[in-house]
This record gives sequence, C-alpha cells and structure tokens, in this order.
Amino acid sequence: MIVRIMGEGQLEVPDAALEELNALDAAVEQAVETGDEAAFATALEQLLAGVRKAGSPVPEDFLHDSDLILPPGDATIDEVRAMLADDGLVPG
Amino acid sequence: MSLMKRMSLIFRAKADKALDRAEDPRETLDYSYKRQLELLAKVRKGVAEVATSRKRVELQINQLESQAQKLTDQAQKALGMGREDLAREALTRKSGLQGQISDLQAQHAQLQGEEEKLTLASQRLQAKVEAFRTRKETVKATYTAAEAQTRINEAFSGISEEMGDVGMAIQRAEDKTQQMQARAGAIDELIASGALDDASSLGQGDDIARELESMSSQSDVEAELQALKAASGGQAIESGQSTHQLEAGQPEGEEQR
Repeated sequence: MIVRIMGEGQLEVPDAALEELNALDAAVEQAVETGDEAAFATALEQLLAGVRKAGSPVPEDFLHDSDLILPPGDATIDEVRAMLADDGLVPG
Repeated sequence: MSLMKRMSLIFRAKADKALDRAEDPRETLDYSYKRQLELLAKVRKGVAEVATSRKRVELQINQLESQAQKLTDQAQKALGMGREDLAREALTRKSGLQGQISDLQAQHAQLQGEEEKLTLASQRLQAKVEAFRTRKETVKATYTAAEAQTRINEAFSGISEEMGDVGMAIQRAEDKTQQMQARAGAIDELIASGALDDASSLGQGDDIARELESMSSQSDVEAELQALKAASGGQAIESGQSTHQLEAGQPEGEEQR
C-alpha cells in the first residue's frame, strides 16, 4: 500500500508491515487524545521511522493518492488536530 | 479509525471538493494543470524567500560575533588600565550578545532545514506536474469527454494530494520565516542603532543597552572577568598601574552555553 509522510513524499509499504505500523499509529493517536506532547513526538518519530524502514520510495512520476497519510516529523499535536478538523490545515 | 487513515480520507475529500468539474472534463484537466503551475511557482518563490532569510541571519551572526570579539578586546584593555568597572560592563554587554548569537544560530539551522525540505518538495511536485501534463494530453487525445471523466479522477487525486502536501509545507515555512523576520528586524535595529559599537557608549542608559544588560548572565561575566585577570598575570588591578599590557588570546572560562 502507498503511505505518504507529509513533506517527504510517498512510499510503497508491504502489507506485512502494517500490523506493526498500526500499533505505532495507535500510540500516536493516543498521545493526540491525551495532549501529551512529549509522548506524541516520540511515538510519531517511531511511526515515521517504521514507515521509512519498511517502505521504498515510489517513482517520481507516480500519480496516485495514498492509502495512508502521516503528518510531518516536526508536527505538533495542535497541527495534527487542525489537520483532522473539517476546516483543517490541508489546503483544498 | 486510525490516524493515518483519517488523514488520507481528509485529503481525498478535499481533492474531491477541489475538482471543479467543467462541462467538458477535459477542460478540468487544463484548469488543474494551470493551478499546478501556479503552485510550482509559489513553492519556488518560497524557497527563495527562506534562502534570503537564512542569509540575513548569517550576516547578523557574523556582525554580532565580530562585535563580541571587539568587546573582549576592550575588556582586556580596560583591565590593563586598571578599569575593572569598565571591563565588567564590556563583558556584560558581550554576554548579552552571546545569548543573541545562540538564538540566531538556532534560527539559522531551522531555516536551513526548511529550505532543504522545500527544495525537495519543489522537485517532487515538478516531476508529478510533468507526469500529469503527459497524462492530460493522452486523455485529451484518446478519450471522448464521457470516457475521460474516470481517467481524470485518477490523475487528479494523485496530483491533488501532492499539491495539498506541498501547500502545507509552504505554509509552515512561511510561518516560521515570518516569526524569524520579526526577531531579525529587532537585531537589525540593535546593530543600526550603534548600541553595539563599543564599550565607550556603555552606561549611557539607552533602552537597547539596558535590554542587553538584562539579557546578560552575571555569572558568565564574573567568570570571564576572573579569567581575564588571571591571563593578565594576576596584576593587581587595585594598584592603579596602567602600564601592563594584556596578552591577546582566548581567555579560559569562555562561557559554555
């Protein structure tokens, strides 16, 4: 499946890696819920590292949307919350 | 639902909303391509703006560093002339400058990071826009208007996500740059005011001098003063002798920040 790390581009990640990534994703989500900025930064960094390790970059001229999208590595909880809001940060 | 999934659905919904469907879908392609080129120009402009800010910060760091060196020299001279009070004031001002220099160095690293990210984003977008253009021409040449719709949706969703990502990267870089511009402006003012020129203007009580003094670290100042004294061979300042020449060189106890 295709995963985008915002600010870095898209990666092709084998489905086999998904279970482990989902666990990391849950930790990020949990930190967003509780507003724990330190836990969030750690969890996000681990998740992104997992995706980079498992994935390989797609060709530059690949034109397809991603199955999963992750915030940039230096994102804050507030930024992620804004991205998830309906009128969020994502430019239309 | 997972965070990763929710984010992708939001992007998809935005892309769908942005797909301004024209009567003939092939016109949609042309319109979208035009918007892509506009974004590409914007991201390149963004890279240039961040680079300008970075260079400005570099220049300021150089100016403040040379000023800090000048104040060290003045403090040594002052000690040599038995003017510990003046030496302390010069070092107080220098300590304030060191704080500014550290801040600027952190800003510089941040701007450099933004510049690299935007440069790469610009390259990725360029490749995708090129791929879209090729796809667009194929669709226009090969398909009837009715058949084109499906193909357009496919191509459009991919490029739209890239545009959303790049758009956000530009936004974040602009925000960071703006914050730094304001601080850089304050430093420029400080430099232009002549407040940093030399220790002879110390104690005149201008706002900037007071601000610098309030930023300085007393412990750093005292430590450096003692180091300068030690470097001067333990010359009794109190003796009032002003003939002793200080040896130039980096005093020990230079503040570690």
